Amino acid sequence: MTFIDMLNQIGSTIATTFQDVLPIAAILFGFQFAVIRKPLPNIGRVLMGFLWVLVGLSLFLIGLEWALFPLGRLMAQQLTDPVFLASVNNAEVVTDTVRELVWTDYYWVYLFAFLIGFATTIAEPSLIAVAIKANEVSGGAIGIWGLRLSVALGVAIGISLGCYRIVVGDPIHWYIMAGYVVVVLQTLVAPKLIIPLAYDSGGVTTSTVTVPLVAALGLGLAETVPGRNPIIDGFGLIAFASLFPIMSVMAYAQISQWISTRGKAIPSR
Amino acid sequence: MLGSIRDLAPIILVILFFQLVVIQQPLPNVGQLLIGVLFVLLGLTFFIHGLEQGLFPIGESMAHAFARKGSIGWLLTFAFCLGFGTTVAEPALIAVAAEAARVAASGDLIGNTQAAMNDYAQGLRMSVALSVGIAIGIGVLRIIKGWPLQWFIIGGYVLVVIMTMFAPPEIIGIAYDSGGVTTSTITVPLVTALGVGLASSIKGRNPMIDGFGLIALASLNPMIFVMAYGMVML
Repeated sequence: MTFIDMLNQIGSTIATTFQDVLPIAAILFGFQFAVIRKPLPNIGRVLMGFLWVLVGLSLFLIGLEWALFPLGRLMAQQLTDPVFLASVNNAEVVTDTVRELVWTDYYWVYLFAFLIGFATTIAEPSLIAVAIKANEVSGGAIGIWGLRLSVALGVAIGISLGCYRIVVGDPIHWYIMAGYVVVVLQTLVAPKLIIPLAYDSGGVTTSTVTVPLVAALGLGLAETVPGRNPIIDGFGLIAFASLFPIMSVMAYAQISQWISTRGKAIPSR
Repeated sequence: MLGSIRDLAPIILVILFFQLVVIQQPLPNVGQLLIGVLFVLLGLTFFIHGLEQGLFPIGESMAHAFARKGSIGWLLTFAFCLGFGTTVAEPALIAVAAEAARVAASGDLIGNTQAAMNDYAQGLRMSVALSVGIAIGIGVLRIIKGWPLQWFIIGGYVLVVIMTMFAPPEIIGIAYDSGGVTTSTITVPLVTALGVGLASSIKGRNPMIDGFGLIALASLNPMIFVMAYGMVML
């Protein structure tokens, strides 16, 4: 890529980001002036904040495009390559007659799915935003890191299970429905305060960073595993990544509640 | 900046570990990669700064202003516009809709012409945007009334499961995924600030219990609407 190409790409990314933000800004300011009819407090600071968000998001997206996505795609391709999978297991296998692979041969894929799901979720801007807000609102009872780590763990488990599903070719709706049942059961016993936040965590994990990387992994797997159809099997990792954080956040709240009640019970004896 | 470095370190470690230890091949375009990582770092730092200076305050101040004004009609209109407006312009959704139209056309579900594909993609985008608008509206009404969120979510899940049995199989994957792509990076902080702001300015509402949940509804409703769209169109 030449320097001119880079400048062009920076320009066009900033332009598209502006385009995306424009309707939001129009709605906000339209309602502020036409319906609320009061000047915004600290309008200068708010506008500067908008500008920072725009610049930050543009740089972030360019960086993703230049560094993380190409790497993610390349690694998904290399890891799901049957030749790589077979030769890791047995160096004597001739590479052009790949032996029958069973689901356990894909262990590097599961590990990669787990780690990349975890790592991308930690860096997810939407999740950081929600975690800051939850920490503030709960008066510090919900730690920013506690929430981010438990969501990341949920996404990691979800994506590796999703990869396993693609490899074995099970129908997706059984997994999703079983997940719903677990969520409903957990809702009955989890601390009331955490429930809405847990439900929200499912929605915030799947955005800017995670979706493209995870989609590349799913499609790569569905294309290389024999007997899988990319259209039917390649999708669905995102659905897993939205479902499992709900469970892990509720579990986090249940565990921390259990620890704090136990902590209180001991000194009172 | 330090925070952003800590946030990104896991991704870089994972990639380096797999590239060097497992795959054992050199990294291509190291220069471009390094610039990209630097941009991601700066971008995340600026974004979070702007979030705290701009998006959070405006979301909350509008929520307070609407609560003081006391007009539920305007508040619901605002909630709907915010959901609809931000979703219809969402690039991820535009991409998914176009891809879905291509898949549907190649599978002979719709006519294999550009016009039919455009119609289908447009219909998908509109049903998702409409569903997010309605979801944020319902969510705001829920905060005002103080209804428990779990009834909406569990009710929605039950509806999704029932519809999965009747919807054409080709639409199910897209419907499940469209729930995830609707909530963008700018919408999430704004909607969160709106919900928390509303819940904290209405008497008797707890910001923790009532303030969150808008995003959950905005992720659930598109599944229902897209399956309904598929049942009507296919």
